[in-house]
Amino acid sequence: MLKGNNLWFRYGKQLPWIVKDRSLVVAPGEIFGLMAPSGYGKTTLGKVLSGYLPATKGSVSVNGRSLPQKGYCPVQLVFQNPELSVNPRWRIHQILQEGYPPDSNQLEAFGIHPSWLNRYPHELSGGELQRVAIARILTPATQYLIADEMTAMLDANTQALIWQIVLAFVRKQQIGLVVISHDQPLLKRLCDRILHLDNSPKEQQWQSSVAFSNSNESASVY
Amino acid sequence: MLSISNLSVTFTQYDQGLRRKQLAVITDLNLDVRAGEVVAVVGASGSGKSLLAHALLGILPQNADISGTMQFQGKPLTPRRCQSLRGKRIVLIPQSVGYLDPLMKVGRQVQRVAQLAGQTATVAKASVHNTFARYDLPPATRNLYPFQLSGGMARRVLVSTAVVTQADLVIADEPTPGLHPETVTETLNHLRELADAGRGVILITHDIEAALQIADRVAVFYAGTTVEIAATKDFSTGNLRHPYTQALWRSLPQNEFVPVPGNQPSLEHLPPGCLFSDRCAWVSELCRSERPALRPLRKGWVRCIHAEG
Repeated sequence: MLKGNNLWFRYGKQLPWIVKDRSLVVAPGEIFGLMAPSGYGKTTLGKVLSGYLPATKGSVSVNGRSLPQKGYCPVQLVFQNPELSVNPRWRIHQILQEGYPPDSNQLEAFGIHPSWLNRYPHELSGGELQRVAIARILTPATQYLIADEMTAMLDANTQALIWQIVLAFVRKQQIGLVVISHDQPLLKRLCDRILHLDNSPKEQQWQSSVAFSNSNESASVY
Repeated sequence: MLSISNLSVTFTQYDQGLRRKQLAVITDLNLDVRAGEVVAVVGASGSGKSLLAHALLGILPQNADISGTMQFQGKPLTPRRCQSLRGKRIVLIPQSVGYLDPLMKVGRQVQRVAQLAGQTATVAKASVHNTFARYDLPPATRNLYPFQLSGGMARRVLVSTAVVTQADLVIADEPTPGLHPETVTETLNHLRELADAGRGVILITHDIEAALQIADRVAVFYAGTTVEIAATKDFSTGNLRHPYTQALWRSLPQNEFVPVPGNQPSLEHLPPGCLFSDRCAWVSELCRSERPALRPLRKGWVRCIHAEG
């Protein structure tokens, strides 16, 4: 289980809270969708859950243990913009090996052309680099995956192609997947459960999320 | 208003030492845009969508060779003419506030655009005022820096940069990814309004759904060429002509969500025949040896020898 317990986050003591008291549980093999307007703190929540940002209050745990301080994190995060998640001074083959030696079948399935391996990130298009960023984290050490608008910048065919591979991997390895997206048809297609946070007044949000946490399902945000 | 036929763009790159290689980034591209019309240009990344915009604005890098014809309002678009028209008759709505000057207040930036397009300072100031009012940007917005804008406000400021000019042709490059559905609809409606006011709009996007919301016609690009030009309604009525367009439509999550395997060919190894031949279910010998021409079919255009009426 990936658990976020009463997570709060802000960038500094005087600054406003970006994530306020959110809790979330994702089971292995589960696909959980999160939809909310811009500025809701979804992306920040994803960063806190994956250990990319430390929670100001609250804690994140995987199978009862907190996230490791060093080494490969079992919770991996994919951003919308891959340029921000790779080292611009490394060649693609170094980037692919950063966490785990890549599987050559998988590289082929992603359409990662051997001629890309010797290039630098700026020599690939955004869509090509995103495939590299995703291929890099589909490793046996990944237990949970947080996809933050992972395919928002890709065309429909590439989007379907990438999700086909990611879904096959999720099923095979029984990893838990959190999909953060604005694309409702995509979430409907992918997810077992979707949480839709909207701009309604605070109390209403609270009520709808209480209803949510009362249900007997395995993932919840409240 | 705009007519592009058989446009090809080749980059000359140094390979090893002094050996040079030619990279065909756009091959036989066709597109025409009429006044009052939104034409969506849809395709995967690397299909030449943004390069088309760069060619129209005359901002391709120096190592680019251009062949084919581009005509704007009946006269050929030469590099010199591009330079004199850009920012005045042909404008770009950039993708994000990253294209604005981060150290200049947005009001001054938009005013500067209007002045560069030939308005006097007083007139430019007034047109910024009117444009901001029209897009529900409070007057205080003029004194904000780009980083202080929310996603929706940023889109409206970027649209304003095009609206303050009297441009006839507006090119919007990927205006929608990662925005909330309401902001997407708002941005698209602004583009539709520009067309309804008599301008020509090119909407460059990879998001078919966004394109279908407002476009009159959709041009589908693949590996630097136009494979199909269809009316918007052809998508929902199953009147698509090219196998790639049909595949794109099927791969949407609300349709079948089934992709065609494989990749766009790499520009260094373009197939000698049809550029889609290595992924196509209809492929035949002739497809592999000869580039198909763009031909009219069912009130649209297709670059495929197997598509039938």
